[in-house]
Amino acid sequence: MPGIATPPAPMVPPAATPPTAAPGTTTEPSPRQSAQTGVWLAIGTICMSFAALTSAMVVRQGAAPDWRHFQLPPLLYLNTLVLLASSGTLEWSRRRIAAVPVGTASFAPRLEGLSGIYLTLALGLLFVTGQVIAWRQLAAQGLFLATAPSSAFFYVFTALHGLHVVGGLVGLSYVVRRLRRIAGPVPRIALRAAALYWHFMGALWLYLLVILATRV
Amino acid sequence: MTQTTAHHHAPPRGFLRTHVFSLDHKVIGKQYLDLALVAVCTGMVLSWLMRFHLAWPETPIPGLDRVSPNGAAGGVITPEYYLALMTMHGTIMVFFVLTTAPFAGFGNYFLPIQVGAEDMAFPRINMSSFWVTLVAFLVLIAAFFVGDGPPLSGWTAYAPLSAVGKDAGPGQGVGQTLWAVSITLFCVAQLLGALNFITTTLDLRTQGMSLARMPYATWAWFITSVIGLVAFAVLMPACILLLLDRLAGTSFFIPGGLVISDRLQPHSGGSPLLWQHLFWFFGHPEVYIAILPGFGIISQILPVFARKPLLGPRVLIACLIAIAFLSYTVWGHHMFLSGMTPFSATLFSVPTLVITIPATIVTLLWIGTIYGAKLRFTTPALFCLGFVSVFVSGGISGFFLAQPSIDTYLHGTYFVVGHFHFVMGVAAMFGIFAGTYFWAPKMFGRMMNETLGKWHFWLTFIGVYCVFMPMHYLGLAGNVRRYSAFTDDYLKPMIPLHRFITIAALFTGAAQLIFLFNLVRTRLRGPKAPDNPWEATTLEWSTTSPPPFDNFGGRPPVVYRGPNEYGGTGAGGDYVMQASPQAAGPG
Repeated sequence: MPGIATPPAPMVPPAATPPTAAPGTTTEPSPRQSAQTGVWLAIGTICMSFAALTSAMVVRQGAAPDWRHFQLPPLLYLNTLVLLASSGTLEWSRRRIAAVPVGTASFAPRLEGLSGIYLTLALGLLFVTGQVIAWRQLAAQGLFLATAPSSAFFYVFTALHGLHVVGGLVGLSYVVRRLRRIAGPVPRIALRAAALYWHFMGALWLYLLVILATRV
Repeated sequence: MTQTTAHHHAPPRGFLRTHVFSLDHKVIGKQYLDLALVAVCTGMVLSWLMRFHLAWPETPIPGLDRVSPNGAAGGVITPEYYLALMTMHGTIMVFFVLTTAPFAGFGNYFLPIQVGAEDMAFPRINMSSFWVTLVAFLVLIAAFFVGDGPPLSGWTAYAPLSAVGKDAGPGQGVGQTLWAVSITLFCVAQLLGALNFITTTLDLRTQGMSLARMPYATWAWFITSVIGLVAFAVLMPACILLLLDRLAGTSFFIPGGLVISDRLQPHSGGSPLLWQHLFWFFGHPEVYIAILPGFGIISQILPVFARKPLLGPRVLIACLIAIAFLSYTVWGHHMFLSGMTPFSATLFSVPTLVITIPATIVTLLWIGTIYGAKLRFTTPALFCLGFVSVFVSGGISGFFLAQPSIDTYLHGTYFVVGHFHFVMGVAAMFGIFAGTYFWAPKMFGRMMNETLGKWHFWLTFIGVYCVFMPMHYLGLAGNVRRYSAFTDDYLKPMIPLHRFITIAALFTGAAQLIFLFNLVRTRLRGPKAPDNPWEATTLEWSTTSPPPFDNFGGRPPVVYRGPNEYGGTGAGGDYVMQASPQAAGPG
C-alpha cells in the first residue's frame, strides 16, 4: 500500500524537564500534531469495529449450516484498483505540497499539488459508485441483505467501509478548502492526517476484500 | 513544521454561542453534567416506581395510568411494564449518568485545565459529542411515549427477544428500535469524546507537564478514554447488527425455528450467544468506564483533605493500567449461565479474580493515604471516604460472584443486584458527589453549603447501606431478580424486607433533594469562592474561579512538579502548587 509506510508522528511529546523560565511567561508552544494523533486513534477504533464484525462473521458462519457461498462481483477488483490509484494520486499531491518551502509567498506551487487531490476525490467518488453498482449486480442475482448470512455480512462490510470512505472524501474536501485559502500557512499536518486516513481506507478495503473473497 | 495551537476558536458572542452551541470545553462539561442530572432524576423515579411495586404489588400508584394506560392500568404496574421500567432505569443510569457525568462531564471541564491546555484538541467534535449524546437521550426517552412503550429486554438487550420485534412483547417493537438507535448514537458520541480526550492528553500538555506529573484524575480520564475507544467500537457495530435483524430481516442473532407468541419467526441460523459476547465485550469494560473516573477523582481529592501525599502514585497508575487491560479479558463472567462450556467459565473466572488484585491495591493506597493523617472532614472528603466504603462493600461480593460454582446459584438473584449497585452504581455516584462538592467552587465560582452537604452525605450513606446491603441477604435466600412481584409461597416471607428496602430507597431519594437544593442555591447565590479554597496543587486551582474563557488568561502555565506535594512546611503553607517554582520545604 502506498503511503501506509508513512512514519507515524511521535504521539507522545518528549517528557518535559523542569523549566527554567519564570512562571507565567508565555512559552513557545511545541509542535502540535493533534490532527494526526486523532486520525491514528480513529484508525485504531475503526480497526476494532471491523475486528468485532469479523469475529461476528466467523462465529455466525459456524453457528448454523445456512451459510451460502457466492461469487463476488468482478467489479470489486476494478474498484480496488481505483481506490489504490486514488491513494497514489493523493500521496503524489501531498509530497508536492509538502515540498513547498515554509514561508513561500507564491501561491502557485500549492495549486499545482491540488490537481492530485482533485483526482483523488474523483477516484474516491468513482470507487463509491462502483461499490453501489456491485451491490446492484448482486441484487440482480437475487442476493439481498437478508437472503443469507454471507450476503448480510457482505453488505454490512461494504456499506460501513463505503461510509468511512465518504467521510474521508468530506475530510479531503475540507483540506482542499484550506489549501485554496490564499492567506495562512500550508495546512501540512491536516493534509498528512487526511492522507493517512485515506491510505488506511485502502488498506482496510484490501483486508475486507481478502476476508470476503475467502469466506463468502 | 506548521504549528497549531490548542485554541482554535475565538471567544463566543451571543447567548446561543456562549451557552448553548458552545465550543468551550467548560460549557460542554457543564452541559454533560446537567444532562446527567436530568437523567439521574429520571432513573431514580423509575427505581422508586419499581421498588414501590415490589413492596406493595397491588396498590395503585396515582397518575401512573396516565403515563402508560396499558402498562399500568388503574395505576398498578403489569409485569411487562415492570420490566420496561427496569430496562429504562438500567440504560439511563449506566449510559447517561455513570458514563456521562464522571467521564464526559468532569473530564470535559477539567482534563484540559489540568494539563494546562486552553481547550480540547478538537472543540467542534467535542460540541458534536455532547449534542449527539443529548439526541441519544431524547430518542431513548421517546420510547415512553410511542408505540407500546419502552422495551423490556433489560439494559443488556439480550437476543433473540430484543431482535425479533413486537412479537416479543409490548415495547419490543418501536421501543426496542429506539433503544438500539439511541445506544448506537451514544456510541458515536463517546468514541468522538474519547478520541478528543486522548489527543488532548497526548498533544496539548503545557510546558513541564510530563505524563508523570499529570494529576490522577487526568490519568483516570485518559485511561478511561482508551477503554472507551475500544469498548464502544464493539458495541456500535453490534447495535447495527441488532437493528438489521429487527428492521431488515437478517438473522445475526435470531436462531431458526424460533416460535414467539405462537408465531414462527422468519429467521434462521442466528446466534443469540453472539450478541452476549459482543455486548459483554463492551459491557464489562463499561463497568470500568463508570468507576475509573471515580478512582481518579478520589485519588486526587483524598490527599487534598488528608494533607498528605497520595501513597504510591506510580503504583496507582500501574494499577489503573492493569485494570484497563484486564477489563477486556473478563467479559465471560457475565455469561456463566449462558450455556458456555464450563472450561471457558474457568478461563474467564481466573482473570476476574486477578483483576481484584489491582483494585485491592488501589483501595489500600487510599487507606494508607488517610492513615495517620489529620483529615479535614469537608463534604468532598466525606464522600471520598464513603466511596472507599461502598466500593469495598460491593467489591467483596465480587470475589464470590467471580467463581462459576457460586455464581450459578447467585447470578439470578438479588445478590448480584446488591453487588453491582454498590460497586459501580453507588460508588460511582459517590465519586460524582465528591467531584461536585470539590469542584463546584471552580465551576460556578461559588462555594456549596457545607452543612447541607454533610446532611446530604450522612443521609445518603446510611440510606444506600439500608437499600443495598439487605439485597445480599435476599440473594443468599434465593430471592430471584427481575420478577415484578413475589407472590410465590417461598418468596412471601421476603416481602417485609422488600418493604424496608423500598422505604429506605424513598428516604435516600428524598435526601437527594438536599443536594439539588444546595446545587441550585449555590449556582444562583452561593458565597463567592476564592481561587484555591481547598489549598490544592493542580492547575485548575492556579486560575480564577471560574476560569476565564481560555482557562489561564492568555498566560499558559508552566509546571514544575507533580500534583502530590502536600505535607511540607514551606512558606506558602503545607503544599506546593504544580505551577509554583518555589521549592518544597522539608516535610
